[in-house]
Amino acid sequence: MLSGSVTYSRRVLFVSVAWFVVWTSIQTILLYYYEQGFAISLIDSILSNFLLLLAVYVSNNMFRFYKPKSGERFQRLIWGLAFTFLAVYALQFVLQQVFPKETIYLAFLHKSLPLRFVFFLLLISWLQISRWVVQYDQEQQEKKLRETEYTGLAKEAELSKLRLQLQPHFLFNSLNSINALVGSKPQEARKMIQQLSDFLRGTIKHEDRSLIPFKDELVHLNLYLEIEKVRFGNRLQTEIECNEEANALLIPALLLQPVVENAIKFGLYDTIDAITIRIKAEISNNQLIVKVENPFDPDTQSVNKGTGFGLSSVQRRLYLLFAQSDLVVIRKDQNVFTTIIKIPQS
Amino acid sequence: MIKIVVIDDEPLARSIVVEYLQSYPEVDIVQECNNGYEGLKAIQQHKPDLIFLDIQMPKISGFEMLELVEEMPAVIFTTAFDEYAMRAFEANAVDYLLKPFSKERFDKAFQKFLQQRGNSSAIKKTEDLLMNINHQAEEQNRIVVKNGSDIRIVPIDDICYIEAFDDYVKIFTKDSWYLKKKTMSSYEASLNEKQFLRVHRSFIINLQELTRIEPMEKNSHIALLKTGQRIPLSRSGYSRLKEKLGI
Repeated sequence: MLSGSVTYSRRVLFVSVAWFVVWTSIQTILLYYYEQGFAISLIDSILSNFLLLLAVYVSNNMFRFYKPKSGERFQRLIWGLAFTFLAVYALQFVLQQVFPKETIYLAFLHKSLPLRFVFFLLLISWLQISRWVVQYDQEQQEKKLRETEYTGLAKEAELSKLRLQLQPHFLFNSLNSINALVGSKPQEARKMIQQLSDFLRGTIKHEDRSLIPFKDELVHLNLYLEIEKVRFGNRLQTEIECNEEANALLIPALLLQPVVENAIKFGLYDTIDAITIRIKAEISNNQLIVKVENPFDPDTQSVNKGTGFGLSSVQRRLYLLFAQSDLVVIRKDQNVFTTIIKIPQS
Repeated sequence: MIKIVVIDDEPLARSIVVEYLQSYPEVDIVQECNNGYEGLKAIQQHKPDLIFLDIQMPKISGFEMLELVEEMPAVIFTTAFDEYAMRAFEANAVDYLLKPFSKERFDKAFQKFLQQRGNSSAIKKTEDLLMNINHQAEEQNRIVVKNGSDIRIVPIDDICYIEAFDDYVKIFTKDSWYLKKKTMSSYEASLNEKQFLRVHRSFIINLQELTRIEPMEKNSHIALLKTGQRIPLSRSGYSRLKEKLGI
């Protein structure tokens, strides 16, 4: 960056000198044309352009590190006006000292002061405005860049968080069950450790965006269900209904586990009886439709406001993947709660 | 003999407690319970010295069950993961076991129970915990009450008002009322403040039940509820109510 700013200030110097030489020459010719002496024309031009350059330089550097907020844009113009005044006043003062006896020239100088002032002001304010426009553009671009970068990152992070939303409750309770089995039924303990390991490995295996065949998702889901059945004993039954056609359809990896977890939690904690969770998969309108049913108690329904609690993350994930917000539907008939998940197939 | 009831909805979670208890011959496990309903019955029937209690259970939680118990036994809570409950345990110095727990950790808790046995301060701690706990970190949306042997889950929308009654509160619904050993301030803290307001030292009302505010003699006011009940408003309660209603 340092070398960049060095070349930048060199370029500024070059442009300034070139501008100074060219404009001084033009002004000298112009004044000469208005029948001033050559020496007077030259000195007037050199001084005018020197002061103008100085005013531009000062006002530019003043705002290089200090960027007025949009509300203070006005302030910038006020400063431009002040510098113009100063420059024109200094010009008049110095020239009066240099040519005290040139009365014709001095009269001309006085008469042309408003013109010089307007010219200075025009240049200084134009420079400042253009500078502000460039700065504003840069800021907007940076902001836009940051935003897209941020939303991209946030989306990735959110996806992976939603995917890996593993309930610590589930994990610790499973370990507790294993702890109990170790003493009484070591063979079953070993089996459950295997299932839990396979399940955990499954949760970290896939990419956040990967789509897998429904058949594979079911394998993973079954691991989860087997573990839950060990935990809850005969209180939990499951029925899975799925045909070959649905088996081959694609589903975002690990989508169903939170849905089923929600159904189990909702079903098991809302009743003290044994429950059956039913999972059905079918194809309809080029969509994979998965229905998960659990019983619930309509009497305490108003009490359990948070029925769809675990589902919001599923809905969010489907939205991030397919940009559709109607892919999760819930239905309550009498004492059956149904969660319907639709996965568009491309 | 030490009478013990183990309450957990997971059979294996109960079995590990039972297994660990086998090294104490003076222990008599009088019953294992699947849920709070069974637990409550067993406690009333057997009057155990100690219960092992899970928090997350079907229908009513471990806390909700304990609120309905008349003679409080010593309690060792067992839970897998519940940050909120754990904070409550820590705050009240009540003993709890985090699943899965080792035999050593279990023994420590049991020894502590043996030392404190017959000492009412441990039971007092549990009672304090219940008095002040708000069931979940999220707002309370129901209250579990007992009517004789019948356990009822009252959605908070059904509550008309709550009245202080010595160490208890009376919870009034449209057609009934229930007594609960809880403090007014705990309900004031746990009930949704958009819906419930403490309008008097002894009264919390459901704002959805409010129909009118009427002046009484000398600057005092009463609130008229849909049920026709008239609730006195304290001076500060009246100004809180006005502020809440934006008048």
